[in-house]
Amino acid sequence: MNVELAIRARGLSKHFGDLRAVDHLDLDVPKASIYGFLGPNGSGKSTTIRMLCGLLTPTEGSADVLGIEVLKRSSELKPKIGYMTQKFSLFGDLTVTENLKFIAEIYSFPKSETASRIDELLEKYDLIDQRIQFAGTLSGGQKQRLALACAVLHKPQLLLLDEPTSAVDPQSRRDFWANLFRLAEGGTTILVSTHYMDEAERCHKLAILDHGVKVADGSPEDLQASTGMTIVEVLADDPYGAQTVIHDLPFVASVTQLGIRLRVLIPESVDDALGLVDRALKNRNVTATTHIAHATLEDVFVAVTLKPAEQAA
Amino acid sequence: MKSLSRLMAITRKEVRQLSRDKLTFAMIVGIPLMQILLFGYAINMDVRNLKAAVADEANTHLSREFISQLNETQVANIHYRVNTAAELEELLRAGEISIGVAIYPDFDRRVGDNSRAAVHLLVDGSDPTTVGVANGLRNMPIAFDTTHEANKKGLIEVRPYYNPERRTPVNVVPGLIGVILTMTMMMFTAVAIVRERERGNLELLINTPVTSAELMVGKVLPYILIGLIQLALILVVGNILFDVPVRGSIVDLYIAASVFIAANLGLGLFMSTAVKTQFQAMQLTFFLLMPSILLSGFVFPFDGMPVVAQYIGEALPITHFIRLTRGIMLREASLGDLPFELIYLGTFAVVAMTAAALRFSKRLD
Repeated sequence: MNVELAIRARGLSKHFGDLRAVDHLDLDVPKASIYGFLGPNGSGKSTTIRMLCGLLTPTEGSADVLGIEVLKRSSELKPKIGYMTQKFSLFGDLTVTENLKFIAEIYSFPKSETASRIDELLEKYDLIDQRIQFAGTLSGGQKQRLALACAVLHKPQLLLLDEPTSAVDPQSRRDFWANLFRLAEGGTTILVSTHYMDEAERCHKLAILDHGVKVADGSPEDLQASTGMTIVEVLADDPYGAQTVIHDLPFVASVTQLGIRLRVLIPESVDDALGLVDRALKNRNVTATTHIAHATLEDVFVAVTLKPAEQAA
Repeated sequence: MKSLSRLMAITRKEVRQLSRDKLTFAMIVGIPLMQILLFGYAINMDVRNLKAAVADEANTHLSREFISQLNETQVANIHYRVNTAAELEELLRAGEISIGVAIYPDFDRRVGDNSRAAVHLLVDGSDPTTVGVANGLRNMPIAFDTTHEANKKGLIEVRPYYNPERRTPVNVVPGLIGVILTMTMMMFTAVAIVRERERGNLELLINTPVTSAELMVGKVLPYILIGLIQLALILVVGNILFDVPVRGSIVDLYIAASVFIAANLGLGLFMSTAVKTQFQAMQLTFFLLMPSILLSGFVFPFDGMPVVAQYIGEALPITHFIRLTRGIMLREASLGDLPFELIYLGTFAVVAMTAAALRFSKRLD
């Protein structure tokens, strides 16, 4: 393996009492890429990010971030990473420019370059008109752009973003991701946690977390190609009736309703999944059309998070 | 009926929240308990055991008898015996004693003479109640067992020092500086860290290269300046409106105030790292303010308090600061006369600030 890694974690675990928030996580994040953490709330995304920047001490395991052992040398790491919290954490009673100046001073950014760097960021993140506005009065999207500007001001090699888009509208999210791609092209490694499928799909690579365990990782394309599931899409006039029928089939892993469509996940080990579903529906006099569909990331997510439950059963 | 059930829903929710805030719960019990203990037990209007020194220039059988009778009243407790009245003044200025008993060489002759006092009580007038207590001593019954005919009146004359006109503001203002600074400084900083924690700023800050010590000291510096401005304000108003003097060095006063402010800010910061909400920080400030007013010697004379209360008082920075302000402003003392008080304040400031920085971990767990 000669790929340069920004983050390399082995057996990373964090227990809060009896709760295993993160359980033996192995992580390889290549440099200059966008790496996603996809998982529901409480799956250990934030805890992992906090361990990677030295805010939380791992119960077990180790992590090297930018070649620095986090546990022992987190103070060396701080100047090299940028961190964006889930909740807006800048100073609401300072103006946009004052917040940026403060961050520049805290990171000992060269004084002579500060003014031009701030102008550059205001321009890049479309905050020029808000420069003398108090940060507390900005809109959700503006706050988020300011937070990103502050996180990247000192030109960190690694950006850790903890659910950065949870409080903004879809358009702001699109713009935000355009900014992330620009940063990655410039060589910044970005680790971003999310529970939005469309965001996860944009990442170069991603890890799916469930109850503190990494249940799958790889590029979105690879993950979609290797769900181990046949996806049957069912179009029915009575989706509820169809769902009842399909739900009773012993080999069906999951049924999800999307409007009048049903997405049925059936393990690949089951032969002729389409035929089985068709016959089952006909036997019960439910009129429906069926076809095989490509896996979406949501199907991947459902498939991988099902596994522990199946094994337990 | 609907209104009642809604009202009860609010009440139940409120009680439930309250019962989960452990500190508030502790305060519900702690505040009345502390107040009743302070007012009922520690605070003693019947002052006893004021520190005294005697200069017995007569040293006769009669004068020794007088001293032993004075001691028996338990109002004054004789700690030192010196030779001259000048030495009494010295002890008074350094705050070592509250009352100096000067007995004239011709004590025996003066006892029989109604026109002249035989004993002078030199009283520290910078402490408001001491003068009253000394005046009470003037009427103490003295029965010499010799057949000597003692004069009934005017045996003892009280000479209040430093505030001869006995004006209240002169007594109150030096102590008030301590109370005002304690209140504002502790309040400002107690909420300082916890406010940023509540607003989420802290999670950002601890991810930057800022160290705990930089964060603590950086937060404190502006408040030291604010405290010094407050001091100037009190001194100017006190002087213009109430003619309160600063007899000692103003530089000494500012040095003492700076150290005292740092001590309070350190304490406030420490509290801020210990509490979870701004509301709790305010409660804790209030909780500490009560003993600061009552046990510091600001309202009630320190020597008159029970020993336990005195220990608590000694631990509070304000007690030492009030001794310094009264000394410097009224008794023309210098910092050199009161070295222990300044050393205590300085040590307190360093310890509190270090404890706050240590408690404030840059980690979240």
